[in-house]
Amino acid sequence: MLHAHLSPGPLPSRMQLTKDGKLKHFLTIEGLPPLLLEEILDRAEQFVTLPNKQQKKAPLLRGKTVMNLFFENSTRTRVTFEIAAQRLGADVTNLDIRTSSASKGETLLDTVRNLEAMNADMFVVRHEHAGTAHFIARYCAPHISVLNAGDGRHSHPTQAMLDMFTIRQKKGSFQPLKVAIVGDVLHSRVARSQIHALTTLATGEVRVVAPKTLMPAGIEKMGVNVFHHMEEGIEDADVVIMLRLQRERMQTALLPSEREFFKLYGLTEARMKLAKPDAIVMHPGPINRGVEIDSRVADGMQSVILEQVTNGIAVRMAVMSMIMGSQGGVA
Amino acid sequence: MSLLIRNARVIDPASGLDGLRTLLIDGGRIAAIAETSAAFVADEEINAEGLWVLPGAVDLSAWLREPGLDHKATLASETFAAAASGITTLCYQPEPRANFDNAAQVKLIYDLNRRSQYANVEVLGNLTQGLRGEQLSNMASLKRAGCVGVSNGLQPFHSLQTLRRAMEYAATHDLTVFIYPVEHALAAGGYMHEGEVSARLGLPAIPSAAETVAVAQTLALASHTGAKVHFCRLSARLSVRLIRQAKESDLDITADVAAHQLFLTERDVSDFNPLCHVMPPLRSTRDLEALREGLADGTLDAICSDHQPHEVDAKLAPFQQTEPGISALETLLPLTLRLVEEGVLSLPEALRKVTIAPAGIIGSEAGEISVGAPADLVLFDPTALWELDLNHMHSSGRNSPFGGWNFNGAVKRTLLAGKTVFSV
Repeated sequence: MLHAHLSPGPLPSRMQLTKDGKLKHFLTIEGLPPLLLEEILDRAEQFVTLPNKQQKKAPLLRGKTVMNLFFENSTRTRVTFEIAAQRLGADVTNLDIRTSSASKGETLLDTVRNLEAMNADMFVVRHEHAGTAHFIARYCAPHISVLNAGDGRHSHPTQAMLDMFTIRQKKGSFQPLKVAIVGDVLHSRVARSQIHALTTLATGEVRVVAPKTLMPAGIEKMGVNVFHHMEEGIEDADVVIMLRLQRERMQTALLPSEREFFKLYGLTEARMKLAKPDAIVMHPGPINRGVEIDSRVADGMQSVILEQVTNGIAVRMAVMSMIMGSQGGVA
Repeated sequence: MSLLIRNARVIDPASGLDGLRTLLIDGGRIAAIAETSAAFVADEEINAEGLWVLPGAVDLSAWLREPGLDHKATLASETFAAAASGITTLCYQPEPRANFDNAAQVKLIYDLNRRSQYANVEVLGNLTQGLRGEQLSNMASLKRAGCVGVSNGLQPFHSLQTLRRAMEYAATHDLTVFIYPVEHALAAGGYMHEGEVSARLGLPAIPSAAETVAVAQTLALASHTGAKVHFCRLSARLSVRLIRQAKESDLDITADVAAHQLFLTERDVSDFNPLCHVMPPLRSTRDLEALREGLADGTLDAICSDHQPHEVDAKLAPFQQTEPGISALETLLPLTLRLVEEGVLSLPEALRKVTIAPAGIIGSEAGEISVGAPADLVLFDPTALWELDLNHMHSSGRNSPFGGWNFNGAVKRTLLAGKTVFSV
């Protein structure tokens, strides 16, 4: 019945899991049990330790079709998903939606239905509007899995998981850690997902650092401590995560200038001395040198930024193999 | 055609009447209200034993879509839904595609409604021409054409000076100005309440200040111009406080709240449910409690539906791409009565908010059961338990977040000027 569409769907966090608690879609970290997050990390571990020379391919997804639906421009993320899917043996198709039917006025639902008709098994979705991956997961055919590659400011769960993987790799346990997330938290789906992951994994203290204009009202309810000053915010931190600052924030009366932002919130060598001596520096990329982070820190000994990128492929392979696994027929 | 309704529990908030009575209806009006019925003979008799008779509800806000947005709904479909929901008078809200600059446009609505005649439709005329917020509308002629007030709908003003002049001009012609308080610069680009849920969901949000700033400005202008102002669809705690203070200082103002704001909060958006995409947005629990308190202490005079029926596609997209609005006629009375169940208001107080109070705000003779009043009545079965099934709603718009809710009490029959316009 047509109007069945209008009945409220299941909560997005519950929509992600099958009845047996297996991962069916990967839309948001919120609501996932810690053991499931650990499982993703453990699986990713296996894919990382696959020697590069030998078995780059672990054909868990052979015969499956993965469609990358990127409504928002992103070569980097799309490429890592492509590589991850190919290493699992899947066939990958890329759809740059902006140049296709959506720009001709086709509704999102019609686009999805058309792609389903081409035998897709998984949609990897990136969109500028929060809730898009949920929407697609709610309305697409039951055998299809949806992986959220970023929806507006809401969620970027694979990024958060690769960040968690990197932290675990470098630090071992989450419990004693003080983690500071610095920058444009208001507009950051990465920050939101990281907060969910860190709190779910029982991180000692999660901090967000930003001027008031870039700090969401009510964010402390997510289980974080709010700081408006960098020095206090990163004092004694074990992990400092810098977020990218976009140019347009200066155009929309959120910040006066990049210069002032760097002066107050830029991660410099001097500021890094306030963190723990063995603290690690992370950034989801791409970095803006001289805006949120000084080159010497980005390229310095404590930076794990490039390792995050490598880990990204393993983590995405892990997630893809898990959500496909719930469909049956995959080891 | 005369009609006799026997043995009903007649509840009239206007007079305080609540007891078993018999009503005689003749010539479309209430001819007599009696304790016994021995002497009355009528063309038709209804034995209303076990039923309540209530004044037909008066709904201060309904977006009836025709003309211009007929794919969403029509006057016929929505007035029928109103009748089925015990609502006998609706106020037509102007919107860009259907608004009222002149008498002919107002007359069109009356003529369109005359074709089906399930409910009275009153028209709110434009406060500014074309709702563009720049030039005053021909308010005197709109009043003569039958408009019960003037409004700029959801459209912004060019400047506060224009708003001030519009209020002065409305006051000159004794027209109530219906203001939907929103400072567009603060609300722009937002889709839900700015608070802990929007922080989590990453949805661009609208702070309460977007409403309270406008309420404060409008109150200051009302005080300055002496215009009679009705505040539409309040949603924020501070708005209630401002109205309360203003009433204490004797400003001639009234205010309403949409029924769904009394039961839903920002939490209901947590799953990106597009059925909860509404303007003003669903706010926090504290705001909801303040709205309820405002109703209880009289700060808020009326409850309306703010009915906005949509076609299915309007809600079938990611949240930010959906159109805001709830199809709300069918839950106006049920939610109002639920406030009684929850101890927020007494039965007569609750009924007052949807009958005599809104009737007074638009200067209508409806909303009460008294000799000489129009026989706009609802026969209500207080024991009937029912569930709102979205697939079987009367409205063309099935966009209600209350699907699956159970309600105590159902409309059995609705009379408009003594004529049955709905019957189960």
